[in-house]
Amino acid sequence: MFDGMTAETLARMQFAFTVSFHIIFPAFSIGVASFLAVLNGLWLKTRDDTYLTLFNYWKKIFAVAFGMGVVSGIVMSYQFGTNWSVFSDKTGPVLGPLMAYEVLSAFFLEAGFLGIMLFGRERVGDKLHMFATAMVAFGTLMSATWILSVNSWMQTPAGYSINDLGQFVPEDWWQIVFNPSFPYRLVHMVLAAYLTTALVVGGVGGLHLLRNRADAPARRMFSMAMWMLIVVAPLQILAGDFHGINTLEHQPAKVMAMEGHYESHPDGAPLILFGIPNPGEKRIDYALQIPQVSSLILKHEWGAPLDGLDTIPDENEPPVSIVFWSFRVMVGLGFAMLGLGAWAAWRRYRGRLYDTPMLHRAAMVMGPMGFVAVLAGWITTEVGRQPFTVYGLLRTGDSLAPVAAPAVAASLLAFILVYFFVFGAGTFYLLRMMNKPAGTVHLGLKDGPIRTAGITPIMQTDPDAIPGE
Amino acid sequence: MFELSFIWAGIIAFAVLTYVILDGFDLGVGILFPLADGEREKAMMMNSVAPIWDGNETWLVMGGGGLFAVFPLAYSVVMPALYMPIILMLLALIFRGVAFEYRWRTERWKPIWDIAFFGGSIVAAFMQGIALGALVQGIEVADRAYAGGWWDWLSLFSILTGLAVVVGYALLGATWIILKTEGSLQRQMQNLAWWLGVGTLCFIGIVSIMTPFQDPEYFSRWLNLPGSIFSVLMPAAVLAAAWALFTGLNAGKDGQPFLAAISIFVLCFIGIGISFYPNIVPPSLTIAEAAAPDKSLRFALVGTVVLVPMILAYTAYAYWVFRGKIDPAEGYH
Repeated sequence: MFDGMTAETLARMQFAFTVSFHIIFPAFSIGVASFLAVLNGLWLKTRDDTYLTLFNYWKKIFAVAFGMGVVSGIVMSYQFGTNWSVFSDKTGPVLGPLMAYEVLSAFFLEAGFLGIMLFGRERVGDKLHMFATAMVAFGTLMSATWILSVNSWMQTPAGYSINDLGQFVPEDWWQIVFNPSFPYRLVHMVLAAYLTTALVVGGVGGLHLLRNRADAPARRMFSMAMWMLIVVAPLQILAGDFHGINTLEHQPAKVMAMEGHYESHPDGAPLILFGIPNPGEKRIDYALQIPQVSSLILKHEWGAPLDGLDTIPDENEPPVSIVFWSFRVMVGLGFAMLGLGAWAAWRRYRGRLYDTPMLHRAAMVMGPMGFVAVLAGWITTEVGRQPFTVYGLLRTGDSLAPVAAPAVAASLLAFILVYFFVFGAGTFYLLRMMNKPAGTVHLGLKDGPIRTAGITPIMQTDPDAIPGE
Repeated sequence: MFELSFIWAGIIAFAVLTYVILDGFDLGVGILFPLADGEREKAMMMNSVAPIWDGNETWLVMGGGGLFAVFPLAYSVVMPALYMPIILMLLALIFRGVAFEYRWRTERWKPIWDIAFFGGSIVAAFMQGIALGALVQGIEVADRAYAGGWWDWLSLFSILTGLAVVVGYALLGATWIILKTEGSLQRQMQNLAWWLGVGTLCFIGIVSIMTPFQDPEYFSRWLNLPGSIFSVLMPAAVLAAAWALFTGLNAGKDGQPFLAAISIFVLCFIGIGISFYPNIVPPSLTIAEAAAPDKSLRFALVGTVVLVPMILAYTAYAYWVFRGKIDPAEGYH
């Protein structure tokens, strides 16, 4: 299956595959953890049972997604060593401590309080349970902070020097952690996680509203999701713009690939809406473009000159076709999210939020699009960093472990089979749970209230429980 | 001042030991899972570790992440050397990790996730044991990189250590279930723990006798002073722990067997430490050589000194919250 491929190609495929699967789960669990903290807080404040019903519903969905995130994440923490050991040896002194901080300040926090959040309300009481829920949410955000600092340092390295062994060694931790692209990337990713969650919650709410407009938990979640969308989608577009300007400053070749600018434009660059990159001829075929707008977006100035890939040596050029397309997918979906949010805001203003089936259907279609946008965004930034692992300093080809192609091929094949099997099943269970109304007693198995011989305590704590449904 | 790299070697060793004990018993529960009689006992076994397994496994990430942070050279040598056992362990951990949630989400596929829970647990344990054996055997290093072959990790010795870890984890699991349950499941585990205790001691004996022959340096260390003092003390201490295990089992005590089993693991771990020191990757990579620059060690140490006590505190609290016998009717699914 992987005949004739080099160990480097295979190792890159393996990393791309495992990290793409992995990012889906944190992108969701960062948002849901915060959502759960808000729901639980609102339940404690208002004692409105709808909030508790929603909390218990999304809690179970969260548990499955979080479990998948944990196990796919453990793989990541070892893959740096198995396949990219030269990278690990060289960057370990700088990046290792940041990852250690992620483990210490985030993973333990999430894992330590997750059990209490899932199982412990009766045992610890409402207040400590709320604290545990908040700690899980805080942990997910801490995790995002550290790992995005690591990733950003690979994109825009700072605060380091290189010793005589060729290792990057720390000079200034403040500069390392708060490297130039970190604040932009962190904001962009956390907002993306919130948008992704809002879209999933909105899609599930829309589904249940289509079935039953009077479904109180469905109305509540749909409303909350649409509020989130109309607030966060514009912020995200703004954050993306700032992030792009930052990238232009520090990684111009990436922006050239995103924009499809093979040529320099001394008198102002056009915005290429669509077209087909032709890497062989170094041009964009069938380009549909608006003059000057690229300069306007990136430099905020009419007629501002922009360099093209003709100023970049060929061996430092990122794969243009992939970056060009993934960027357009991300931006297109971003505006679709804004559109959905605006539509919902208008229907809400007219008092028809729950009575517009077309809107609910649109929310369902958009339900998984946050994941697509997150993946497209990460493909843009990671492929755009190529051919380097540490931008401008360490080439991907020089980062590889001394692994033989057959060993990497075998493990890649094993990862593909296992991930599709395990995470395919998990996705199926998640969808099946989401397909059930929020008031359902048991989201798994048969819906009856009886598991084994006992009556579960959920019966007593969930006033919305409908026995036997 | 004491060398930073040695402080860090101690911290990493602590993280790995904590991992071995904590995930050891919950992997052990997975290994023993097929012995559960009926759905009620299965639920009890799984629910006894469900709230804590995730925290237990985080110590594995701490071990790997910590190694990357403070001993990047050791990390980048050991991972390629143990490529296959590590990858298989990771895949096995995926199966047993998702089984905790998946088995409650389906009726038809429940037996499949039960097998995943058992199979994932036993394969992960076996691979960890193999990795340990391969490390004790020694890893060939040249020019800051692994220089051995792809099958170097596989040997009679590493297979023995693999089996030893499986039996040892099963002992930890059995004594944990004794602590957490009552009735027929507890009685069954009391009988089983007796045999697992015997098996663990046999494996410890065989591996201990074989270890000095893996490397002449081990041999001279254990058979000359001052190492030979430990050669007398360690078996005596293991026997004392074994005595506590068996008397605890015979007397039907809840907690004593579990604590005794943990003691056996701690003693074995100290024994491995005596063999390794001052190397981090035998036979040639020392702790000092593999360490990152002091600036990295110091930066990571500040957070560790502050955060690890907090982690231990809230982890202990989580265990405290879920203390006592498992109520078969409890769960959140």
